[in-house]
Amino acid sequence: MIEKNIFAGFGGQGVLLMGQLLAAAAMHEGKHTTWVPSYGPEMRGGTANCSVILSDKEIDSPMVTRPTALIVMNRPSLEKFEDTVLPGGSIFVNSSMIDVKVQRTDVKAYYVPCNELAAELGNNKVANMIMLGAYLGYSKCVDIETVLKALLEKLGERKAKLIPLNREALLKGAACVK
Amino acid sequence: MALKLMKGCEAISEAAIQAGCRYFFGYPITPQNDVPEYMSRRLPEVGGCFLQAESELAAINMVYGAGGAGARAMTSSSSPGISLKQEGISTIAAAEIPAVIVNMMRGGPGLGNIQASQGDYFQAVKGGGHGDYHAVVYAPSSIQETCDMMQRAFDTADTYRTPVIILADGLIGQMMEPVELKENPNPTMPDKPWAATGYDPKGTKPRAVLNSLYIETEDLNTLIDRLHARYEVIKQKEVLVECYNTEGAEIVLCAYGTVARVCKAAVNELNEKGIKVGLVRPITLWPFPTEAVHDAVAQDSVKGVLTVEMSDGQLLEDIRLAVNGVKPVEFMGKAGSIMPTTEGIIERIMKMREA
Repeated sequence: MIEKNIFAGFGGQGVLLMGQLLAAAAMHEGKHTTWVPSYGPEMRGGTANCSVILSDKEIDSPMVTRPTALIVMNRPSLEKFEDTVLPGGSIFVNSSMIDVKVQRTDVKAYYVPCNELAAELGNNKVANMIMLGAYLGYSKCVDIETVLKALLEKLGERKAKLIPLNREALLKGAACVK
Repeated sequence: MALKLMKGCEAISEAAIQAGCRYFFGYPITPQNDVPEYMSRRLPEVGGCFLQAESELAAINMVYGAGGAGARAMTSSSSPGISLKQEGISTIAAAEIPAVIVNMMRGGPGLGNIQASQGDYFQAVKGGGHGDYHAVVYAPSSIQETCDMMQRAFDTADTYRTPVIILADGLIGQMMEPVELKENPNPTMPDKPWAATGYDPKGTKPRAVLNSLYIETEDLNTLIDRLHARYEVIKQKEVLVECYNTEGAEIVLCAYGTVARVCKAAVNELNEKGIKVGLVRPITLWPFPTEAVHDAVAQDSVKGVLTVEMSDGQLLEDIRLAVNGVKPVEFMGKAGSIMPTTEGIIERIMKMREA
C-alpha cells in the first residue's frame, strides 16, 4: 500500500491540518508517513498545500509530483494540480467553492459540498473535516477514530469538547462517497 | 518511547536537549524559525537558557562564551544568517571550543529565497570563515536521522573541541515525519579541564585561557599543527556514509540530504525493473567519504557516476576528487531551490546507459 496525496486550498481552509491529521493517524496505525508543506511568504487567502505519503514500507522520497489522490478546497488549486494526478487516481473537489468540473477522464472525481455540509452541522470551520472524511470514506487508509485521536492530541484535553462535532463532520464527509 | 509526528526543526531541538544542550542563542530567519521558537519554550523547562541575540554575530559569540565555559551550546540559522556567523565559527575553531551550529539551508547567494537549497556546501565543507580550519559537517536526510545525529554532534564537538555543523535544508526543517526520541533526563557530560570556569588563585588548576590570537608565527603554527593532527584523527574515525545497492551497479548516483531520498526513489524504481543502479550518500560531508565513493565507482560494473544536488555543482567537486578520473562523472542539478524529480533522474540515468 502506498498513497501519495496532495491537499490544496487557500490559507485558512485548514489544508495543512487535514494533511497533518492524516499523517499522524497513519503513524498511530503503524504506517510510514511523511508530511511536506508548501511554505513561503504566504498569508490568509494565499495558496497553501501539503503532500502526504502513507506507506507500509519505508518512504524514500517525501516529494509528491504525481499524486494518487488530489484533495482541493478551491478552484485555483484544482487548476494548478489537476494534470499531475496519476491516471486511475482520484480528485476530491470542494464543490461549494469550485464551480467547474474535473476535465480529466482517466481519474475518478468526487464532488463534496464541504461548506454547505459544514453549515448543516452549524460550524463552517469543519469544512476541511468534511473533506477529510470524504477522502477516508473512499480510501479507508486509516480509521476515522484514529484521526480523532490525532486531533485530540493536537487540540489538547481543554478543547476535547470539539471532538464530537469533528466526528460528525468526518462521518458526514465519508457518507458522501459511499 | 512512542513515535511522535514532529517537524524537523522541533525534532532537532528536542534531540539537542536530550543530548545535553542547555544553551541556545539565535536570531530569527526563515526557514529555521521553529528551532528558536521550540527552544524558547523548552529550555527553561530543563533549567537551560534561551536567548534571542541582537544579531547573528552576537549569537555565535555567545555560543563561544557558553562553550568556552564548558556548557553544551548551540545556535541555528539559515544561509544568510550562517554567513554572518562565519567569523565566529573561525574563532571557535581556533580557540578549540566545542559548538554545534545548525544550518537549515535556503536559496542563495545574497538573500536568495526561503525554499530548501544545498548551496552552502562549499561554505560548510571548505571553510566558510578564514584560516586553516575545518568543521565536522553532518548532512541528515530524514528527521529520525537528524535526531540521532544530535547526540553524536555534541559528542564529536566535545571529543575534538571543534565546531560541528548540521547541514540540513529547509525541507528537513519544515517537513514532518514520525520520530523516536531517546529520552535522556541526565545526559553524561565529559570532563572539560580546559574550560574557563573561573580562576581560583589557591587552587591547583592552571588558569584557563581560550584565545584565537597567536602573534608569534611559531605559536600560530603550533596551534595549526595541533588542529591538523586532530583533523587526521577525525578523518580516520568519524566518516559516515550510506552505500545503497551499489554492489554490481551500472550507474552510481551521488547525493546527500533530501536530494539523496529523491535519488533513492529512482534507484528503487529502476532496481524493480532489474536495472542495476546504486546510490552513495555521504552522511559526513567533512570528513568526506572519499574511500567509499572511490570503491563504489571503481567496480568493473560501473559505467558512469551521476552527482545530483540542489546547487550548481558543489558536491560535484568532491565526488570528482574521490573518483579521481577512474570513471566519467556527470552532473545533474539546479540552484534556486529547484528540487530534482525522480522522473528526471530516471530519464538521465537511462540516457547514460545508452551512451
